[in-house]
Amino acid sequence: MESAEQIRERILAGVPGADISVLPNPAPSAQHSILLGPGRAREIAIFLRDAPGLKLDLCSNATGVDWPQHGYLEVVYHLYSVELKHGPVVIRQRTANRGDAVTLPSLTPVWRSCEFQEREIFDLFGVVFDGHPDLRRLLMWDEFKDHPMRKDYVEPDDFEWEPTPHGDVLAKARGHYPAAVPKEGPAP
Amino acid sequence: MLGIGLLQGLAVTARNLIGSFHDPKRFVTTQYPEERTKLPEAYRNFPFLVAENATDPMGTLRCVACQICEKECPPQCIYIEKSKDKKPDANGKMQIYPAIFAIDTAVCMSCQICVEVCPFDAIKMDQVFEFAATDRFNGLVLDRVQLAKPNSYFHGIHPTEAAEVDGRLAAARKAAEEKARLAAAAKAAPKPPPAPKVDPPAE
Amino acid sequence: MNVPDLQALASVPGPAIRAVHDEFHGDLLEVSMGPHHPSTHGVFRMIVTLDGETVVKLKPVFGYLHRNHEKIGENTSYLASMPYTDRLDYFCSMTNNWAYALAVEKLAGQAVPDRAEYVRVILAELTRLLNHTCLAGFLLQDGGASGTPLMYAFREREKILDLFESLSGSRMMCNFQRFGGCRVDPDPAWLAAARTLADGYGRFLDEFERLLTGNEILMARTQGIGRLSPALAVGAGVTGPILRASGVDYDLRKVDGYGAYPRLKFRVPLGDHGDTYDRYMIRVLEMRESISLLQQALADLPAGPIMDPKAKLRGFRPKAGEAYGRIEGPKGEIGFYLISEGGPNPYRYRVRPPSLINLTILEDLCLGHSIADAVVILGSIDIVLGEVDR
Repeated sequence: MESAEQIRERILAGVPGADISVLPNPAPSAQHSILLGPGRAREIAIFLRDAPGLKLDLCSNATGVDWPQHGYLEVVYHLYSVELKHGPVVIRQRTANRGDAVTLPSLTPVWRSCEFQEREIFDLFGVVFDGHPDLRRLLMWDEFKDHPMRKDYVEPDDFEWEPTPHGDVLAKARGHYPAAVPKEGPAP
Repeated sequence: MLGIGLLQGLAVTARNLIGSFHDPKRFVTTQYPEERTKLPEAYRNFPFLVAENATDPMGTLRCVACQICEKECPPQCIYIEKSKDKKPDANGKMQIYPAIFAIDTAVCMSCQICVEVCPFDAIKMDQVFEFAATDRFNGLVLDRVQLAKPNSYFHGIHPTEAAEVDGRLAAARKAAEEKARLAAAAKAAPKPPPAPKVDPPAE
Repeated sequence: MNVPDLQALASVPGPAIRAVHDEFHGDLLEVSMGPHHPSTHGVFRMIVTLDGETVVKLKPVFGYLHRNHEKIGENTSYLASMPYTDRLDYFCSMTNNWAYALAVEKLAGQAVPDRAEYVRVILAELTRLLNHTCLAGFLLQDGGASGTPLMYAFREREKILDLFESLSGSRMMCNFQRFGGCRVDPDPAWLAAARTLADGYGRFLDEFERLLTGNEILMARTQGIGRLSPALAVGAGVTGPILRASGVDYDLRKVDGYGAYPRLKFRVPLGDHGDTYDRYMIRVLEMRESISLLQQALADLPAGPIMDPKAKLRGFRPKAGEAYGRIEGPKGEIGFYLISEGGPNPYRYRVRPPSLINLTILEDLCLGHSIADAVVILGSIDIVLGEVDR
């Protein structure tokens, strides 16, 4: 299995002028990732899938990550090869910001397994995938408005009484039931 | 011939049907609640607080309200409030005790992490599953009076674990007593005379 | 740039959908199967468009069991997420626990003692046995054998669940693996009971196969139904027994070689046709291999600690970084992707659900078949909604 730097060299040879960089991973798992710049992600993906030494035909996992402190949303793909039995190769794409510029090229035309996973990332994070055949919400219902997995998601105020609340649940309880929850906490 | 698979299958079901009348391996239904299967010792369902003796459960709880179980509980179903004063525990040592110790059994998933992290063997897993209440919220919250059960009960449901805990606590108590005795003996023994001061040679 | 066409990836050419309102043939009928439905393996909904009895379009709808397990994972510590992993694929809690423990051990660089690796293999193979037995039962239930094979399967499953209960305290929600080993060391009595079960399971499988494998009704209902081509399977990310039933040799126990598997000998059965009958037979053959693996692991179980002495239970804070760990669960590749920022909770906690990704091809497999076959095909894909929706 080649290292991330070697794969980067191969990608540059196969897709010249591609904007890619290697992000090292400090954990002992040593699963370094390749960050794909905007623009030619799908070409790079097709190269990774079809190149003779790589043949990464199984996109095992597509994940969304919300980085409010860095100001972008990120999509991470874990690629494996069923033919050559190696992997993982981790590729990432980042949006420009978390507000309006959240469009990324979809990799579903390259690996069909991203179909439901990219729908889930759209549903839970709000990343819009350009080129996805059927982009709608997966786990939440279609009319739902917010994106639950974002770090700044505020859940709706449909509070149900909890007899043993903690922390912010206790604060909410005091707000809703001031008589039932005295200042000292629930009745013994 | 066509149909031999079906006939073989019918033979299997016939064997199971006839067998269920005389072979316990083929009739596996227990007529609950008249018959009850014996639960394995490791079976766990809802925690309880261990009290050293049955006559004074509140005074002999092992729990010192350290709140570690409250922090580690995954669904956060434990609510503890420390007492403001100290009372003597089962060994006579002055200890903080839990003024409020409530577990919401509607939320508790019997994962047993509270038992794993408790440093004082104060909370252990019970085996009650026939527990119903008429109120979905407060009726299912067990307070410390309902949670406290004596060590003899613990021996009844988890004999090997209780024996191991008792052995460990007794050994720890003995080691602590030994240490205290040695420290007291060292203090009571006459002090050795101080080493004579050696004046520095005059310049 | 030549972007491949999605329709070209389908295994069967989709029937030309005729006009919805056709005066001669009548209208197409859109039916919502589920979420309350006895054959959908949980709260799962399929919106099926039918031309008479033939499926011309099928859209799965999920989210009825969505508990946002990934967000709960961000707000709970690593140890406290372990009982939640039991509830993902609630049939196979031991393998879910192992996948999560493996991912965290990769993230933190935690070593696992040999005895724990063998015990994990024993429990994973027991889980595989009970999952595949129940799958055969549920497949027949969906096919119309109203309960008999399922009850035989449950009768054997109870024996395995009794073993789990006497070891971990709970039948299904075991919460057993820890980072650096297992929570409880199985005692010799338990190991003897496991050995008796492993030795006797072959006879049960013989009887079960005599009931099912040569059964003409089962063969008529499953052979040739729902053929999955290898190219579509790999492209769609399908893993597990379904992939191997299509003839693709990809078993994580051999490819990744995690745990004690490299030291044990077993074969990987592969299917020829990729239809529903092959998916059923693959599971039967895998059960036989599991029995052999169980017997080997029970015989070779080394002595030693069950948990790494340096492993921390509380205050576990892996350093910043990320890891993706995966194992061959009974339903497919179950993986956990964790990003740590050095705190007590993971920054991002992601479950790679095999059941959800295996459902990508559901529409492709069902097109052109009747609605009764759609139920059988869904049964052979083996989904658990706890995992699909998390």
